[in-house]
Formats: sequence, C-alpha cells, structure tokens
Amino acid sequence: MNLTYSPAETAFRAEVRAWMEANVPSAPLPSFDASREGFEAHRAWERTLNEGRWGMVTWPERYGGRGRGLGRWLGFAGGESRAGAPLRVNQNGICRRGPTLMEFGTDEQKARFLPKMASGEEIWAQAWSEPQAGSDLAAVRATARRDGDGYVLNGHKIWSSRAVFADLAFGLFRSDPGSERHKGLSLIFFRLDAPGVRVQPIAQIDGETGFAEIFLEDVRVPAFNRLGEEGQGWAICMATAGFERGLMLRSPARFQMAAKRLVELCRAHEGECDGATRAAVLQGVMDADAYALSIYATASRLMAGGTIGAEASTNKIFWSEMDIALHRAALSILGARAELMRTAPAAGDVGRWLDGYFFSLAGPIYAGANEIQKNIIAERMLGLPR
Amino acid sequence: MDFRFTDEQQMMAESVRALLADLCRPEDLRRLAASDAARDAARWDAIVGLGLQGALVPEARGGLGLGAADFVLIAEACGYACLPEPLVENASVALPLLAALARDERASAILDRALAGEITVALAHPANPFAADADTAGALLAARGDDVFLCDAADLALERQESIDPFRRLFSIASRPCVSMAIADAAEARGALDAALDRGATFAAAQLVGIAQRAVDLAVAYAKERQQFGKPIGSYQAVKHLLATAQVRIEFARPVVYAAAAQLAQGDVFSRARVSHARLAAAEAADLACRTAVQVHGAMGYSWEVDVHFFLKRALALSSWWGDAVFHRRRVAERAFGRPLGPDTTFAAEARG
Repeated sequence: MNLTYSPAETAFRAEVRAWMEANVPSAPLPSFDASREGFEAHRAWERTLNEGRWGMVTWPERYGGRGRGLGRWLGFAGGESRAGAPLRVNQNGICRRGPTLMEFGTDEQKARFLPKMASGEEIWAQAWSEPQAGSDLAAVRATARRDGDGYVLNGHKIWSSRAVFADLAFGLFRSDPGSERHKGLSLIFFRLDAPGVRVQPIAQIDGETGFAEIFLEDVRVPAFNRLGEEGQGWAICMATAGFERGLMLRSPARFQMAAKRLVELCRAHEGECDGATRAAVLQGVMDADAYALSIYATASRLMAGGTIGAEASTNKIFWSEMDIALHRAALSILGARAELMRTAPAAGDVGRWLDGYFFSLAGPIYAGANEIQKNIIAERMLGLPR
Repeated sequence: MDFRFTDEQQMMAESVRALLADLCRPEDLRRLAASDAARDAARWDAIVGLGLQGALVPEARGGLGLGAADFVLIAEACGYACLPEPLVENASVALPLLAALARDERASAILDRALAGEITVALAHPANPFAADADTAGALLAARGDDVFLCDAADLALERQESIDPFRRLFSIASRPCVSMAIADAAEARGALDAALDRGATFAAAQLVGIAQRAVDLAVAYAKERQQFGKPIGSYQAVKHLLATAQVRIEFARPVVYAAAAQLAQGDVFSRARVSHARLAAAEAADLACRTAVQVHGAMGYSWEVDVHFFLKRALALSSWWGDAVFHRRRVAERAFGRPLGPDTTFAAEARG
C-alpha cells in the first residue's frame, strides 16, 4: 500500500491543473437543462475539452481519448472540479454509452459513433424507462419490429435525461413480440429528430426541463443501429448499469469541493453554524473523504485487473445520501435565506446551494433507486435469498 | 499510488484469520467467559508462537519490524473474532512504546521478556481512564504527569473496574508505588505517547471494522435460516435493507482505516485527523452493525444465547477507547477548519505538500 503519488502522477495532475486554469470559462455557463443556449454552451465546452484531448481520459486514443487508467481519470476529475469547470453535458456518453459501445459494438459502430461522442458533436440521451417500467425495467413494452434491413420503433419512453436537447438516444426495446421480461429485448439507437419521434419536456421539481418523455411512432432505423445481438439488450443494460453505479458516474472530487465550500460557508456564517450544523459540516467533510478513499481503493483494484460487482451499489447509496446531507447542512446555515431563488436580489450565493439541494434529491432515485441497490447488496454481496 | 495490500500482507492476515477461526470460535469465548481464567492459554501461546506480540517493534529491538499497514488487517481479524487476549494493545501500543523508551537494562529486559511471550505489558495512558489487562501483565507502563514509569506488576495496587465486555479487564491503579521507576521524562516521552495514542486509535478502529463485519455476517447467517411466514426472514426487503445499510457503513469506514494505517507514521495534523476520522467512522459502523444484528435476531438477539452481544459489547468498549468521540471530532475539526480541503488533499502526504 502506497498512498503517495508517483512523479508521473504528480506531473499529470499538474498538467490537468494548468490546462484547466487556461481553459475553464471565467463565468459559469447557463444550465444545460434549461435552454438550448445553455446546452450548446456546454457542447462547446465538450469540444474544447476534446481539442485538448481531455474529454475522454479513459477512452482509447483512436476514439479521441488518452488511453489512461482510472487513476489518471481521478486526477483529471480532481483538477476539473477544483477549477470549477462546467458540468459535463456528455456525462452519459463518457461513462455509460461509450464504454458500452466499446464492449458490445462492432468496429463500424465504434468508428461511426465514438469520435462524435467524444467531441460532443453528438450528445446522447438514454431511453430505457417507461411509465410502467421504472425500477422494474424488464417490464419494457416499447417495440422494435424487424422490417427489411431495419427496425420500426414504437412506444413511450420517459425520464430521459438531456433528451430535450440531445441528438441521439440509446433505447431499450422489445424486439421479440412474444417475449416476456428480460428476454427478447434489444438495444437500438435512434435520432431524437427522426420522423415519428416526439420529445416532450418534463418540468422537474425545480421547474427546469432536465428530462423528457419520448413518444415513438413508426420510427424507422437501420439494423446498423442495434447494439449487440438481437435479444442481448438486457445483458448490455446490466453491464451499462455496472459502469454507471461504479466509480465513474460521480467523481469524488465533486463532493470534496462541495464539502470545501460548505466549510467556507460555515466559517463565513459562524453564528448560524454551531452545534448540530457544525457536526453535519464535519460529517460532510469526512464522508467526502471516505468516498474518495473508497473510490481510490476500488480504482487500484480495478487497475490491477480486479472487477467491480455489487459493491458498486454501496457507492451509489453512499454518495447520493452524502450529497443530500451536504446540501441540507448548507441550507441550514443559510437559514431563512435558503428558500431564495438565485434570481432574488438578496440571494447572493444561496441559489447554488438550493439548486444543488434539489438536484441531490434525484440521486437516490435515478440509475436504479436506492431501495433496488439495497436489494442488490443484500442478495449479491451478502447472499441473502431473493 | 496503490491502495492494495501486498500479497505478503494478505497472507499474514490470512494466517491470523485461520488461527482465530480455529481457536477463537464463539464456543471458545463462552468457555472462557464461564471460567475464572483471564485468558485462553493455548490460544495465547499460538499467537505468541507467531511472534505477533512484537509485530510493530523494530527488528533491531527484537520485534518483527512490521509497519502499521502490515498490522491493520491483523487487528481487523482480532475484532472479527472478538479476541479476548491483549494482542492488539501489546503489539501495536505497549511494546512499541516500551521499545521507543527503553534505555536502561531493566526496561530492555522487560521488553525482551514481553517479546519472548513470557509476559504482557499493560499501559496506563492519559487517553484512557483505566489500564486494560493490568492484572495479568508482567509490567505496567504508566504515564503520570509528564513522565513515564515502568512498574513491576508485583508493586501495583489495582482496583478492578468491571466492564460490560466479559473479556475486558480494566483497572484503576490505586497507588503510585513505582514512582522511582521513571524511564522517560516529558520531553522524551511526549512524541512517543502521542504516537501511541494514534496507534491505539487506529487499531481500535481496525478492530471495530472487524466487529462490524462479524455482526453483519452473524445476522446474515441467521436471516438465511430463520423462517417466518413460510420464508427465510432474509428474503424480506425490510430485513435486507437493514443489513445492506449496515454493510454500506462498513464499506465506507474500512478504506479510511486502511488509509489511516498507511500514513500513520506521518504524525501531523493531517494523518492524525485521518486516524480520528477512521476511529469515528469505524465506531459508527460497528454501532450500527451490532444494533442491526440484534434487531435481525429478534428476541433471540436480546438473549445471552446468541453470540451477537459479545460483539456489541466490544464495540461499545472500543468506541471510546483511545480517545472518545469528542476528542476525535475535535481533531477532525482542527484539520477541516484549519487546513486546505478539496481533491488535492485526499491523502495525508499530499495534504502536507
């Protein structure tokens, strides 16, 4: 066990820091969920990252990445958060779509989709959930009917993050009409501006339009858009969910920066940050560090050829609960000002915490509700009966 | 950066786990609890046979010369087994402290006897209100005021303070008969005593993580067997979620404990805050896991018959041993509010700069 950075690791971190200092926009970008303008500003940031070859640190070089391991990715994510870089509108592509394509795609599919994913030229949404298929994803009803050299897609998808402004969606369809549950499903891509696709924004809890419903009516796509074999959709989804719940969905640096800002907030409002609140601030600092240490430990294991299994579910529970606790502590310090929207004249830096608080409430729900994660831990880690 | 244990570290821990799985089973604990004996002599002999009591004493002084990262898995295994004998305290605190301070022949001779397994050494440290296992020790290291004394066991007037943990033997030192036996003065001893506290807290944390895992494992085993409404109770989500929640707490205490051990030697505000964080997180995990195990066992969990209470009691004891929660929170606060935070300070070495 050696918890010091090698000279090469230190140099890499310094390189990230220097690049971020030179390239991070000086003013925060408008939200990518609230407007086309904000979305395109974030797409431009993806392009800038890609030009510096910082967009996809863990991807192979031929697809626009750096071909580096998880350790370097953690170093990159640290520099990114430290510099206050914009959030990644391409997050889905980096840690879910891309790795899934690399594992299950044909060479032609990889060549067609990955470079544009890396550059942000094409930004992807996910179209898995349906009104009747949430935690019970195997209840998917949307269909892909084979038709000549392609498929005809029909159905109703929902809760698709980024779908309002994204270019493509990564959909889960029932390709075998007589099939049930997790059999007979296929993963098929479609353009969100294709004829027959209607995207209906859903106002989120905070009033913004971060996710959408997608209605598909006789949408024709070529067979080229199917990932993996027909009927392999469920297996691919499970692999993707592993990437997601694993370490790349939420970098520890984000929480460490939130904890750092929370301590600064506590210091700036000492009168409002005593007793229970101060204890919550300290717990937030400790939890952010614990999460980081756990992720570094997992990364070391994975880089040495290990695998991540059900313990990825422990990560998801821990960070999502921590995120809420960090923001609750901040709102507690802000007291009666906590309810102010960022547009209120007296808001100051309040809005950022309020936005973050509402966003944090999604954490225990998306990417597999925490109750499902607890079932996974209980059954697959602890071996309890189903 | 490599957050993995070496094969050698894993193998050594595995051999201790195997030894304790043979010799420190719940029925062994019960047999000892029902007897008047302080220790299981055969088990202690087996432990001493591996030289573990000298694990953290430098090779030049006759120990194994291991580092804290080498010992942390062993301490965790001792927690997992609820080991009654004072291996962790001797190996990680008392004997390294004695080795650091022993300058004269008498002290060196006591150290040699302890390393040979002939005696144990108890410790009265200002961080703890009592001395553990003082009645069975051959010598007592006592920090009094600013000086450190090395007392012969025969000179001690001990007053037993019964612990809820049937295997903890706590004593007040009722008199100061060994005042002339000073082996170090304040200036010499300060650093060594501080380091002793950090080792004590780190390896208490490691034991607490082991205890927590054992509590979950006991409850999981019971939940698979125990049937209600025609099914194992472990098939119900209410029970699954209790256990999963406890396991999450363990998963995010364990790496903190390992990191604390790996950078223990740094001995500054950063490594000390990490030690304190480890102790707090491990105590929380053990508390939750043990209470969860009681709950999952239902009424059986409240009985003497089920083994959970041994672990619950050890967790309670170790959670305030080597500094209580107030002490450790204060050290974390000192670091969190007084030094830079953020992703560039994850590890104690990089935080120091």
